[in-house]
Amino acid sequence: MGQFVYLTFDGLSRGLVYAAFALALVLIWRAARIVNFAQGAMAVAAVYVAWSVTNATGSYWLGFVVALLAGLVLGVTVERVVMRFVDHSSPLNGVVVALGLVLILQGALGIVYGNEYQPVQTPFSRDAFEVGGVALLSRYDLFVFGAVGAVVVALTLLFTRTAVGLRMRAAAFAPDVSRLLGVSVGGMLTLGWALAAAVGSLAGMLVVPTELGVHPTAMDVVFVSAFTAAVVGGLDSPIGAVVGGLVVGLLLSYVSGYVDVTVAPMAVLALLVVVLLGRPGGLFSSSKARVA
Amino acid sequence: MTDVRTKDAVTAADAPVTARRRRVHPVIVIAVGAVLVIALTYVLPPFRNYQLATVGAYLCVTAGLTVLTGLNGQLSLGHGALMATGAYTLALTQNKFLNLPLSFAVAVLGTTVVGAVIGLAAARLRGPYLAGLTLAVATVVPSVTSTFDETFNSDQGLSVALDPPPETVPMEQWQAWLCWGAALVVVLLLALLVRGRFGRDLRAVRDDETAAKLAGVDVARTQVLAFVVSAACAGVAGALFAVLAQSVSPGAFPLTLSLFLLMAIVIGGLGSLFGALWGAVLLVLLPTLSQSVGESTGSQRLEGNLALVVFGVVLVVVMLAAPGGLASIRMKTRFRRNR
Repeated sequence: MGQFVYLTFDGLSRGLVYAAFALALVLIWRAARIVNFAQGAMAVAAVYVAWSVTNATGSYWLGFVVALLAGLVLGVTVERVVMRFVDHSSPLNGVVVALGLVLILQGALGIVYGNEYQPVQTPFSRDAFEVGGVALLSRYDLFVFGAVGAVVVALTLLFTRTAVGLRMRAAAFAPDVSRLLGVSVGGMLTLGWALAAAVGSLAGMLVVPTELGVHPTAMDVVFVSAFTAAVVGGLDSPIGAVVGGLVVGLLLSYVSGYVDVTVAPMAVLALLVVVLLGRPGGLFSSSKARVA
Repeated sequence: MTDVRTKDAVTAADAPVTARRRRVHPVIVIAVGAVLVIALTYVLPPFRNYQLATVGAYLCVTAGLTVLTGLNGQLSLGHGALMATGAYTLALTQNKFLNLPLSFAVAVLGTTVVGAVIGLAAARLRGPYLAGLTLAVATVVPSVTSTFDETFNSDQGLSVALDPPPETVPMEQWQAWLCWGAALVVVLLLALLVRGRFGRDLRAVRDDETAAKLAGVDVARTQVLAFVVSAACAGVAGALFAVLAQSVSPGAFPLTLSLFLLMAIVIGGLGSLFGALWGAVLLVLLPTLSQSVGESTGSQRLEGNLALVVFGVVLVVVMLAAPGGLASIRMKTRFRRNR
């Protein structure tokens, strides 16, 4: 029982990180109809920047803020320099370009930082509190809950309560009409990419300390989990992404705890296959047919 | 005036017919290729022969992948994992029976079965969904080898027992013959396959599924078949890599390998078997070049990673400038001239 409770909290904590990462994917999918396969590599780049800053200044929080800013800048750059010029006649093109970016980023990070796992700091202890002899969750887990919760609330407010959010939704839903009504559709697209990349960087900052450390390919497996989370929730739905993230997190935690850590990626693959074949629109799909 | 116009119209209509090169039969191309390769293996020093062999092994998988992605429009990031399947199957069979032809047959068969399973799922998926699923397949390789470590010996992998080649032939030359023999057979079969009805079905499904269905093409069957054929080619390539390295380990089939394969077929022009050859050549040449650059600057980090950056830049630039690959640029200018 104690193990079950511990694994559940661990799964929720992991799940929220995947949820944040999946949210980043959903943000870009809604805005541009591209699944950003470079999201993982972009997040790793931001984490490396934070790692450098933290090592130079000794302050985790300065690195944390810089990582989010680096994410914003990277998102804008990727959209303005590359993604804007992708030919959308085939859905393959966006995917292939994103994969090219993965190679570029991983190669560049390898050249600058080397291909070793670098240990990263955590701002809070990862030792779990015990309540009545049962390990529950750590300060770090609480930090994850807080950070991801804040992002979800902020994004919800942005999209439902502000003029900018309304413009972003309009630009994604009906670009031509929005343009006629004076919305800068290109600007909204860039903003969407920037926000998504920043959220992705946050997810990267949260997940890297719980794994082996930072490495150019550190996010490959995380990306697959997050993609699965986004698909479970339906690529179009932010709420779905959060629920999907929690589902994937719990699954990974139970499988790692009760079976073996090495089985976890296979469990994710199995979940992905089941969802794609059984309910391809995701659990939160609207009745509208899939476009791509 | 009318005369001039009719004359113009006639030349315009005739131009594509006369301008179209007469297609050389694939058997002839393959025969010429075989002669060239055999001649080359006698001239080249051992290390170059080894590289030539690697090109042949890569050609098997790039040719299969370009048919799947270029002609049928299915993007697979799982071909690295399919190669791993072929390589591990060969290693296990070879270590048990020490019979290379048998091991090859089992390896190709095994990969085909795995490919059929993935293909059945893939036929129901489009675009990014398919890419995501195959990406998940690619990342699952280390997990499988560690979970069933009694069979696959986790990260260490397996060594492959091989009979030594006939004494008159140096090892590297024998490897080049083996790889190119397999590659030429694979390419010949693919070329014959895509010339006929199957190739037409592939393109019809890629361009417009509804129209293909209306024309009587079984869309799902075509897609599954394309995946199976392509997987079999990846199995051959994986088996060849196992023979070349005389060992298999999950580290030899990382996600980057799948991305490299994608780059190779994109740069050569999606759907072109000749393009697959250029892609395979680049897959061997560019890492060698970047390694020598790394060595000359004395930077170890540059050695392994420069190739990644170059491949990535090439992939992005080609996709932005000419989404049909480099071969499509030539076709476009020819069209314009005809108009």
